Amino acid sequence: MLALFVGLLLLVSLFFNCLGVLSLYRFPDVYTRLHGATKCSTFGTIFAIFALLLYSFARFMAEGESRFLVLFIHVVIGGIVLLISNPTGAHALARAAYRAGILPEPAVVDALEEANKRKREAAA
Amino acid sequence: MSLSLSQYLFAGASFVMAVLIVILLGRLIVGPTIPDRLIALDTVNTLVSGIMLLLGAVYDAVVMVDVAIVYMALSFVSTLYFARHLEGGV
Amino acid sequence: MFVLVISFFVYLLLSWSGSMSIQEVTIAFLLAVAVSFVASGSSRPGFWSMRGLDPRKWWLFFRYVFGPFAAGLTQANWDVAKRVITGEINPGIVKFNPRLKTDAGRMMLANSITLTPGTLTVDIDDDGVFYVHSINLTSLTPTEQDVCGTFAQWARRLAG
Repeated sequence: MLALFVGLLLLVSLFFNCLGVLSLYRFPDVYTRLHGATKCSTFGTIFAIFALLLYSFARFMAEGESRFLVLFIHVVIGGIVLLISNPTGAHALARAAYRAGILPEPAVVDALEEANKRKREAAA
Repeated sequence: MSLSLSQYLFAGASFVMAVLIVILLGRLIVGPTIPDRLIALDTVNTLVSGIMLLLGAVYDAVVMVDVAIVYMALSFVSTLYFARHLEGGV
Repeated sequence: MFVLVISFFVYLLLSWSGSMSIQEVTIAFLLAVAVSFVASGSSRPGFWSMRGLDPRKWWLFFRYVFGPFAAGLTQANWDVAKRVITGEINPGIVKFNPRLKTDAGRMMLANSITLTPGTLTVDIDDDGVFYVHSINLTSLTPTEQDVCGTFAQWARRLAG
């Protein structure tokens, strides 16, 4: 019974991780790839974390050994670290890519480029 | 060591994640620009920490989860450093 | 104070394994003091600031994470999943001003935007204007509601 739910959560996790990897090959430029990679790999790993939480909680309830509770607490902290660090890293990468001069290749509108142009004209 | 069924599932999932990392190496090598490679590297880091978390349950070793937390923190710092370098700061 | 309390409890949670001794608590406290002194060296609020420790704010934050944020995260991934498979995109960078004053609020909103439907924060300038890369533009000059739904209101309530 426990293995069924754990397996379902792991399947969802692997599905989204696969999509994250696939998006790196299917999308045309840096920014759209960043969308797919960040969102899908974070969401996929969070579901793996949910599976671990369910597993350790169920084992703790069944056997009462404190090491499963320790596993639970550590996995919760790992999840929080992941949830903070992953989107921040993605934001840093996007900003660095933009400042390194890589423009969004198919783009309908680019407000940042317009703002930068206005700033350059004001300085000149 | 006898594993329960869920532990076998965790081991299988971490194997699939390892296969995904091998697939990602393609983008890491081909990637036309440096940010493309960095994105692939960032995704590899996320998947590696996921594998570490899962293996912590497979081997019943909480230490691996601790290592995963430190790995996440260090990969975050390295991503920030690479990004700063790309901007021309460092 | 915020850094001190958080690092104290994180150390205790990570080192707890069935029982707790007084030496452990002492080491946790000393390390937390050291870490918070180092962390508050360059930041504006300073060491004794009690900001960020208001339990009502924390309760609101938990409601935000498990309510609108979780819903947005799920919807975002469903959306990106469909776009990865069908491959139909309409990208562009738009700007909007959420009128946030504090760095903590800006960071929270930027991370929320990155993890929610079709948007990714690219840059924030000194006035707090967000430049957001959107994977599927609906209009060229979107309102706050179009970009991030109710997240900006939540960020203003949580961190001004």
